Formats: sequence, C-alpha cells, structure tokens
Amino acid sequence: MTGPFAEFAHYYPYGVAGAIVLLGVVGIAISRDLVHAVVCLSVCQSGTYVFLLAVGYQYGGLAPIFGATVHRSTPVVDPVVQALSLTDIVVSAAVTSMLLALVIQIAKRRRTVDPDELRSLEG
Amino acid sequence: MSRTVRMIMLAVGLLGAAGVLGAGVVGLPAFGGDRHPYRDLAVSAGLQRATANVVSSINFDQRALDTFGEETILVASVAAVAALLRPSRTERRRRVGSGLPVLESTRLLTVIFFPVTVLVGIDVVAHGAITPGGGFQGGVVLATGLHLLYVGGRYRLLERLRPIRIFEITEGVGLVIFIAIGLAGLAIAGQLFRNVLSYGQLAQLTSSGTVVLLSCAVGMAVVSSVVVLLAGFLEQALALVEVSEPDQSDEEAAR
Repeated sequence: MTGPFAEFAHYYPYGVAGAIVLLGVVGIAISRDLVHAVVCLSVCQSGTYVFLLAVGYQYGGLAPIFGATVHRSTPVVDPVVQALSLTDIVVSAAVTSMLLALVIQIAKRRRTVDPDELRSLEG
Repeated sequence: MSRTVRMIMLAVGLLGAAGVLGAGVVGLPAFGGDRHPYRDLAVSAGLQRATANVVSSINFDQRALDTFGEETILVASVAAVAALLRPSRTERRRRVGSGLPVLESTRLLTVIFFPVTVLVGIDVVAHGAITPGGGFQGGVVLATGLHLLYVGGRYRLLERLRPIRIFEITEGVGLVIFIAIGLAGLAIAGQLFRNVLSYGQLAQLTSSGTVVLLSCAVGMAVVSSVVVLLAGFLEQALALVEVSEPDQSDEEAAR
C-alpha cells in the first residue's frame, strides 16, 4: 500500500481511539444524568482498549496462543498490550461499579441524579 | 458556571486535547507494522516456560505482581460498594417472592444455559494457560452463569446458591492464595512470584507451572467479587424498601 491512503491507514486506528476518548469526555460534560455520566466514563476507557490493541496489531498476525496452528515462527500480535487491556477492563469494571453505588447513594439522599442540581455542598 | 460557559470551556479543552493527541499519534510507529520488541521478548519468555497462552504468561508469571495489584483494586472496590450499598436507617429488607413475571421461553433458556455457562466458566478458568481465557474472564463467566437464575425469575434459588457470607470469605481467600504462591516463589527461589513448579509440556493442562494455579486463585476471587457486587445491587433493586419513619431531624424540629 502506498500513496496518501497508506499514510491515512497508518494512523486511522489511533484516531478512532482518540475520538472515542474525546466523545466520552463530551458525554460527561453535557450529561444531565449521573448514570449517563458513569457510562460515558466507560466509553472513555473503551478508547484506551482500542488504542492498546491498535498499538500491538500486526497485519497477518494471529492470536498469541501457541499450539497446533501457531508455532514459534508464526507472526502473532503483541500479547503485552492484550494483557494491559485486560488490566484496563478489570479496573474499569471496578471503577464503574463503585461510581454506580455512589450514584445510588446520591439518588437516595438528594432525590435527584442531575449533576446540575447537585451544586451545593452537603455536610 | 452556566451551561454556555461550560460548553465553551469544553470546546477549548477538546481542541487542545485533540491537538496533543494528534501530535502524539504522528510520532507513533505505523499501525500494523512488524516491529514489536516487547512482543518478541514476552513470546520467547512465555514459550521458555511452556505457557501456550502468552497473555496468561504475562498476567500470571511475567507481570504477576501487577496482577496482584489489579486484583487488590477489584477486592477493594467491592468492599467500597458493599459499604456504600448497606441499608440506611429508613430502609428495611423484605422477602423477595418467586413470582416475578418471566416469559416461559426465558425460563427454559436459563434452565438450559445455567449448567452450560457454569461449566464453560470452570473450563475457561482451568485452561487459562493453554487456551484463550484465564481467571478474570472465567470468573466473570461463572458469576454470570449463576445470575442467569435471576434472569429466569428464580431469585430465591439464586440467594440459596450463593450464600454471601461464604463468597465474602472466598474472595479474600483467593487473594491470599495468590500472594501465598508469590511468597512461595520468594521462599524457594528468592524471587517474588518466581515460577517454581516444573513447566511441563507446551499445551498440556499441567504445563506452565504456577500460571494455572494463579489463574484458579484469581478465578476464585473474581467470581466471589462479582457475586458480592451484583448481590449488593440486586438487593438495592429488589429487597430494600423505604419505610416511612419520621426522620430524626424532623423529630427535633417538632420539639
């Protein structure tokens, strides 16, 4: 592959990852519901999964599970970034669950989940 | 800060972030290239320890200490959720009946898929070192399988099958087994999380030394974490009811 399209294809997946992160940020900023904001944070983190996997990809590479079809000399994709994505997903799940529990507490105490109505501090 | 001001701030911030991201991306190696130095090192280290699934080798052998930290984060967050979701003073538990309205087809599918999912979960945990999977993925599959009972309207049966007290204990025990295997490596070979067992034959169930044991320990902790977590949320949705009890501040105001 040569020409301007090749240049574009070289960076397109990274662009997708960045776009997902920024879209998540937009979602959090315009959110009118805390549950929506928590989901948008998960969208942000999904951008990091796309980025990690894009960094480790190789054209024609197979999954790094060795055995009958994949041998020592077979090209494989990068397992390091896959392991990092797994860590990322676990941490994301932990954070999301804790934030949702906080949202439940806020809904119980303040009777609203609209961030714009939660301005005053409560002692 | 009004909404308009916030949107302008957001636009400025997004432009700045997009600019920085773009500048960073241009310096990256092109997508899909064949130069991956970390991959080459990780793959040769994984194969040297006869671990067919190199991702598991990285998680449970080469970077096992990081995985311990990750698992601790998970357990800590579950403890935080349990603390946040405990019933408040004005809430009482009620008994959840079994008469939840569920489609017959849903009921049938959950009866079929409950044992299948639990088996697949155990399989994914146990074969974490040789096929795609591992403790985290298998643990989530197992916990999901258990909660199919709730989807099928059998909440009471689910409550009986997952005694929370026991799962709270197994969660901690999984974490303790994980660090115990790491400390065993320290005691025997002088290196924390050193893979001290014999590596065996590539792609055999008993290959890869401690990877399969650590995977099982993580599976135990993850299945317990997810069960405790979902139990907290399900209880909020189903079992807790607000009782109209005069608030203390109201009583004081009345006096």
